[in-house]
Amino acid sequence: MKRIARETFAIADAELRKLVRDPTELVSRAIQPILWLVIFGQVLSNVRGIDTGEAGYLGFLTPGILAQSVLFSAIFYGINVIWERDLGIVHKLLVTPASRVSLVLGKAISANFRGLVQAAVIYLVALALHVPLRWEFFPILGVMLIVTLGSAIFAMFSLSVACIVKTRERFMGIGQVLTMPLFFASNAIYPLDIMPRWLRIVAMLNPLTYVVDGLRGLMVHGEQSIHGWDTDCGVLCIAFAVFLGISARLYPELVR
Amino acid sequence: MNHVESPQRTLPAIELRRLTRRFAQATAVDHIDLTVAPGGIFGLLGANGAGKTTTIKMLTTLLEPTEGSARVAGFDIVSQAHEVRRRIGYVPQMLSADGALTGYENLLLSARLYGVPSQRRRIEEALAFMGLAEFANRLVKTYSGGMVRRLEIAQSMLHRPAVLFLDEPTIGLDPVARRAVWEHLKGLNADFGITILLTTHDMEEADALCSDLAVMHTGQIAAHGSPADLKAQVGGSASLEDVFAHFSGSVDETGRLRDIAETRSNVRRRG
Repeated sequence: MKRIARETFAIADAELRKLVRDPTELVSRAIQPILWLVIFGQVLSNVRGIDTGEAGYLGFLTPGILAQSVLFSAIFYGINVIWERDLGIVHKLLVTPASRVSLVLGKAISANFRGLVQAAVIYLVALALHVPLRWEFFPILGVMLIVTLGSAIFAMFSLSVACIVKTRERFMGIGQVLTMPLFFASNAIYPLDIMPRWLRIVAMLNPLTYVVDGLRGLMVHGEQSIHGWDTDCGVLCIAFAVFLGISARLYPELVR
Repeated sequence: MNHVESPQRTLPAIELRRLTRRFAQATAVDHIDLTVAPGGIFGLLGANGAGKTTTIKMLTTLLEPTEGSARVAGFDIVSQAHEVRRRIGYVPQMLSADGALTGYENLLLSARLYGVPSQRRRIEEALAFMGLAEFANRLVKTYSGGMVRRLEIAQSMLHRPAVLFLDEPTIGLDPVARRAVWEHLKGLNADFGITILLTTHDMEEADALCSDLAVMHTGQIAAHGSPADLKAQVGGSASLEDVFAHFSGSVDETGRLRDIAETRSNVRRRG
């Protein structure tokens, strides 16, 4: 356990040093959620066609956009891993005695750092748009936990896909194909109860739904979580364990 | 893991028994038997697509053999892969140091993954040994190709491996950088007793460095012996170039497009 913690820290520390040294990606990734909240959110707030609770559509949308940012910034993680494979970095990591779980977990933790920065940006934009955010300590801690789990799950999912498709070209195509269905088959921008039955079933199998639902209960006054944030966290912990196992198993395939 | 014990001088450093790897219908490595004595520098020669990189991938535990077995530093590459990994260093063909990190940070990552004791001291020693101490805090993307290669060798020696694998270590380097890498590899072999196995196309490199050579051709060992033995087998005043041509055929006959493209890409990246 101590060994895995040491190795995971080594990988995550190297990734964070790179990110802090060149934060361009963090800045560019912040633009999309700002557009969603400022343009899409403000315009749709005026429609009032969907019952979205006391906080209005913008309050309903804010946790969904945070979840979307977590998904979008983590889902292209696989392309970095393919790039590292092309440079020989993955070969060198796999020849070390480090556990495959540590190598994958280290990457997932660095994805989480990106997710937390996205969360900070969205809190600031939502504050400027007068969304009734919850500023209590424990809800914010809960948001951080869910963002952490969500980032790690989607980064490991992306890494697993990269290990199967193996080339950047194929990954770019598949990344686009996966991202939009994951987003639209969730409760990020509309509630589950207005979905057709088949889509609701798909949404219930989608980890993004649990990220959104957990955030919705914790981020905004007047918004409710359907399952309860603790149930959402439980489901996300199971998804985390499953994807950790799958990605650690597939990671060595990248160099074969 | 803190200390890796010294290789036992009596055991072969590397031992291959009918080692085979197939990819779908193609046999990349075909029933190879080979023994590498400890303490020397062993050269694996062969044209593109001869099976050198696949052999190295199996010996470094990146790829499992389809048939046969191999032991590195006394441990089986499949059933004792973790023990093998603790005792080897690996420098891949690509320039694999992370350009977005400094030289020191690249070594720190390796030191942590190998659980090297006294990390700062070991890193500073390795950088000094490779002549990179003054560049330790510069980002690797500002290094020359030769400096990156020396950094990667420093990275691979931090945990004092018993066996060091290098896949075409000087490809694309200018003559001065190439000679600097040779001198450092000789020093590593002499000062630390590390057995080195390298693959190369460069016969001057094989002549300058290797005490023992094997020539691979279409996945098999076509010849094995000291440079002098191999030259004698070809006869007359044969050079190693003649030995290579005699045992391995030409690049045009055997080089796969992917291997050639990869090699060109590596050469381009090293400027």
